[in-house]
Order: sequence, then structure tokens, then C-alpha cells
Amino acid sequence: MVSQRPSRSRLDPEPMPRRDFLGLAAFFAASCSLAFAAIGMLRLPKASVLSSPSKKFRVALPESLHAGEPFVPPGRSVALFRDRDGVYAISMICTHLGCVVKATPDGFECPCHGSRFGPDGSVLKGPAPAALAWRKVTPAGGGMYVVDEGEVIPQGTKVAG
Amino acid sequence: MNADRLEGSGRPALRRFFDNLKALPGRFAASAARNGLPASDRTRSTFVFGNVFLHIHPVRVHRWSLRWSTTLGLGVASMAAFLVTLATGVLLMFYYKPYPEAAYQSIQDILFVVPSGRLIRNLHRWAANVMVVTVFLHMARVFYTASYRSPREFNWVVGIGLFAVTLGLAFTGYLLPWDQLAYWAITIGANIAQSPREVTDALGITAFFDLGGLQKLLLLGSDTVGEEALIRFYLLHVMLLPLGLACLLAVHFWRIRKDGGLARPADADSRVGPLAKDTYPVFTELPAKTYHLAALVRGRSPAVGRGPEATLPSMPHLFYAEAAVFMLTVFVCLLLSLLADAPLKELANPLVPENPAKAPWYFLGLQELVSYSAFMGGVGIPAVALLGLALIPYLDRETEGTGQWFGGPGGWPLVAKAACVGTLSVLVLEAAAIRFGWIREWFPHVPQLVVTVFNPGTLLAVIYGAYSTWLVNRYDSTRAGALGLFTCFLCGFVVLTVVGTFFRGPNWSFYWSPAHWPVH
Repeated sequence: MVSQRPSRSRLDPEPMPRRDFLGLAAFFAASCSLAFAAIGMLRLPKASVLSSPSKKFRVALPESLHAGEPFVPPGRSVALFRDRDGVYAISMICTHLGCVVKATPDGFECPCHGSRFGPDGSVLKGPAPAALAWRKVTPAGGGMYVVDEGEVIPQGTKVAG
Repeated sequence: MNADRLEGSGRPALRRFFDNLKALPGRFAASAARNGLPASDRTRSTFVFGNVFLHIHPVRVHRWSLRWSTTLGLGVASMAAFLVTLATGVLLMFYYKPYPEAAYQSIQDILFVVPSGRLIRNLHRWAANVMVVTVFLHMARVFYTASYRSPREFNWVVGIGLFAVTLGLAFTGYLLPWDQLAYWAITIGANIAQSPREVTDALGITAFFDLGGLQKLLLLGSDTVGEEALIRFYLLHVMLLPLGLACLLAVHFWRIRKDGGLARPADADSRVGPLAKDTYPVFTELPAKTYHLAALVRGRSPAVGRGPEATLPSMPHLFYAEAAVFMLTVFVCLLLSLLADAPLKELANPLVPENPAKAPWYFLGLQELVSYSAFMGGVGIPAVALLGLALIPYLDRETEGTGQWFGGPGGWPLVAKAACVGTLSVLVLEAAAIRFGWIREWFPHVPQLVVTVFNPGTLLAVIYGAYSTWLVNRYDSTRAGALGLFTCFLCGFVVLTVVGTFFRGPNWSFYWSPAHWPVH
């Protein structure tokens, strides 16, 4: 079988030799696998489990706690209250830039940029963009409660104790 | 007495050995320096391009570039301050331990136990401050002398990158002492990184697209500032950012040469005037070779189509000037370190915020804006400002006034007027916001998006933008608008920084002086 080779002009580009093609293909394959490996490794800075301490803790409210009076468990940034309707917890992390707010007789005050919140955590004065988060409280029996600082629940949710 | 004769002489080998030993110091010095003293034009040239550390300099430098008023030495001063932070930073790493409580302890060791540790820490801190200032002023110098223009556009962009990395280095270094100041400044900083949530929350799309949360998580490696955050900041501070800075610096310096040296006006040759009679050394010999390679260099490099009359040898003129700026910078850093101690508060306490919790002073202008809207003050306006800065050379394609202070239509009077407009508008807005409060105080239930869009920061940006648009029309020139906008932002930044630094106290309330702060 004799194939008729078309005559090539001196100016026509040379067809790609097989070696060059194989070389380019190998280079392309290597680059692709490197790129995919790199994309996979981009996930490195985000660990699957965060190193932060547990957000759930168990606490007993003092017997003498009056309605509307905050109780801040030692080492936590959440204020617990007890009134006629039950027990509730309001996060003390400012929704503006994460400072720990101070509980005052008529609500909360942020020392960093002067945001003020009402007793239910709603914003009275900027720059905080949103109300303080309410945290989930579950009765654990025997006057104990479990507070979950990781979960936000609707404002006004109280649990009967 | 040359080497050949010595080798071939009939003296005993032991004698020759001792002769060689005697000649060793001189020969070693000659072999290292290679070219002898820079006494003639030729050796002054080889002094520059025969030395790996000096050869980024040109052999001859234009007299316009050597004038103090051209650069004020700000670029070299930034580099000098960087070298001081580099040297002292490496020394601090001998004792610093990047682990929460150990970190604070190790800083105390550096202060009280390590000989000269306090001085080294002070130097590191104050040199970093000096660097932020000089980098900023260097940028202002390049802007006001219109030196960013073609063919130097890209080097201006690299410079903006260097500015950002410098601020990144300052920010990451701030956490490392793990004291109250550090902890709360970084908590605020990390939450600023999270502040795009302010917008995504308002739009109700945070569940699908939480850019803010991701940024904070990547920065802290956790959801609060803890050991993961400390190790990340440490790694960024001592490794990644310095490497990035070094790479950008290499490009920045190389491009100065490749873009034809420092920008100068077209008539610079005639404007520098005749050389002073006692200038040493001037062009004493005819050049032995011409630089044919110059034909391959694109654009207006110093040697193409122009005689070397207006240039002087870099050795000694440029190097002495650089050495003077270097010594002055080191002197200023040392003086500051001897006069004032770098602050260190008590050990970080994640439950009790510092009140007031202030970032380093160069971020206080932003913190002032952040106290109205976290997203606009911390992300929106800075991002737009940086982007705007980077784009300047691509939008201003004019040629009038290149290389001259306040060059361009309008010139110095325009800058003075813009400074008044910029300062007045920021003062009026701040005074109004401090006296009467802002939207949230009047209508507590207004949607956050309204506050994000209308706050003193955005209003200020709009006023500045409108004013400079008017300037573009008035002078029929982009450069005039750029001059106005840059000057306005500069004044706004300075005023906000001063207010944040001196007039904000506990709860970020306004006080005329820290003496009026409530005691608690």
C-alpha cells in the first residue's frame, strides 16, 4: 500500500514530530496532576475538626438569682437569666467585632465600640449589626442546665426549669 | 614581586611558604575585592557591577535622581527600616515561643532576663513603625511627583503590593506578645475579616456563601483567637510574609533599573544646571567602551540617545547618599528605642476585653470607620482605596508634570484646596456623628444594609469621589482628579487616625483628652 504523500512547501509549518507530541503530552499530564494535587492541598488550612474547646457546658444557677439578673458562669461568655417563664441564655459576644460585652442593669454594653443592647439582647445603639445571640439551654435534672454556646436559637426561647 | 617569580624562584620551599603566609592578608583582600580602589572612572564602574550586592545599582546615575528633593530618601529609608526589623526579628526568634502562655512568658524573658533583649524588642517594634510611615510617605512621594506613569505603571502596582505586605507584617506581629493589647486587637481584626457577613446576613445568603466566616476561619484556624491563631500568625510573620516581601522587593528594585531609573522631567538635563566646581569626581576619562546592548533595551533608558553629561558615577555619589539615609534611619530607630519602651500589657484574657481596645495607631483610622460599619470600614473602603491606588497609572495617561512635585494641571494650589476640602468634610462628618449619633441611635430597627450603605465612611468616600470628578471636568485632566482624590483620602486618613488615637476612650466614646477618661 503506497500512500501518496502531498508535497510540502518549504514555507509550510513542519508537522509535529511524534517525540515532540509525546513530550508535550507528558508535560501536560504532569502539570495537570500537579495542579489537581495543589488544589487538593488548598484545603489544608481548614482542619476538619477545630481545636476550640467544647462549646457545651453544664451549670447550676444560684438559688438567689433574681429575675433579670445575669449570671455569668466562670470562664464563659454567656449570661444566664431566670424569670417567671423559665431559664434563658444570651451570648455576651458582641455581634460587631467579637468583644465581650458587659452586663449592666438595663442590658449590655460593648467596651470596644460602644454598642448597647437591651435586656433581651436587641440592639439599642450601633455599630452592632444584629442582636446578641440567644443560646440553647437544656435542663439536665437536679437543678443543672446544659448550655450550648455553638447554637443560635430564636430570641425569647426560654426553658421551664 | 609577582606570583610567577615566586613560584619559579630557587629559594627553599619552606621560605616560599612563609613568604606566601606573610602575603596572605593582602592577597585575600585583593582576591575578594578584585578591582582595587574606586579611584578612576573604570574602577568606579567595576566597583558597582563587579559586586553582587551593589550591581542592582546603575554605574552612573542622573543628577536629577541624586537631588534630595526628588525622593527625600524615603525608599532607601523603608529598606533600611526593613533590614533593622529583619536583623532584630531573627534575634528575637532565639527566645520567642509561639505558644499562648509561653509566648507572653518569653517576651517577659526577653525584657528582663536576656541581655539587651529590651533594646532589641524596642528596635523591632519602632523600626516596624518607622517602616510603615516611610513606606506610606514613599507612596505619597511617588504619587505627588507623578512618577508612577508609563513605563513605571507595573512597579507602582508592585509598590502597592509591598505596602499591603508591610501592613500584613505589622498586623501579624501585633498578636505575638499575647498580651491584652494583642489579643483584643487581633480579635477585632479577625472579626473585621468576618465582616462580609454583615452584607451576606442582610441579603440572607450566609448559609450558602459565607465569605466572612471562611476568611476568619482561615486566619485563625479556629473560631476564636487561640493557639492555632498564634501559630498561624507566627508563621505568616516570620516566614510567608517576609518571603513575599523579599520577592516583591527584588522585582521592585529590578524594575527601577529596567524602567529607566527614577522618573524625571523631560528637561531635567537643563534644569539640574552646571556641575558645582568642586564636584568630585566628574567625568574624567572618555569611555573606553560603549554599551551596544543599550540598543536592545526598550524605551528611554538613561543611556539611549543621550549624552552622559548629566550623570555622575554611582560610586561615590549615590552610595554615599544611600549610606547617609541608612544611617539616619537606624539612628532614628535607635533613638526611639532608647526613649520609649514597646508596650506590653498583662497576659491575654479572653473573657475581659481591653477597654478601649485599640489596634496599632496606623489602623486606628480604619477602626474609627469600623465603629460605624464593620464591613465598610474594615473591608469595603480599604479594598476600594487599594484598588483605586493600583489603577491610577492605567487611568492617568497624561505626560504633563512627570517627575515634578505636584506635577500636572492645577499643581500645588489644587493640592492645597483639595487638602482643605478633604479635611473640612471629614471634620464636619465626624463632629456630626459624634454629636448627634448615627442612624442606629435614631431608628434602632432600621435594616443593617441601610447603615452599611449610609455611614460616615461611605458618605466621606462619596464626597471625595464627587469632588475629584468635578476636578477632572474643571481641569479637563485625569491627573487633576487623581491629585484631588489622593489628597482628600490622605487628609481623611490622617484626621480619622488622630481622632482614633487621641480622642477615643473607653467604650470608644469621644473624650477631649485621656485625662477625662472615667476611672474604673
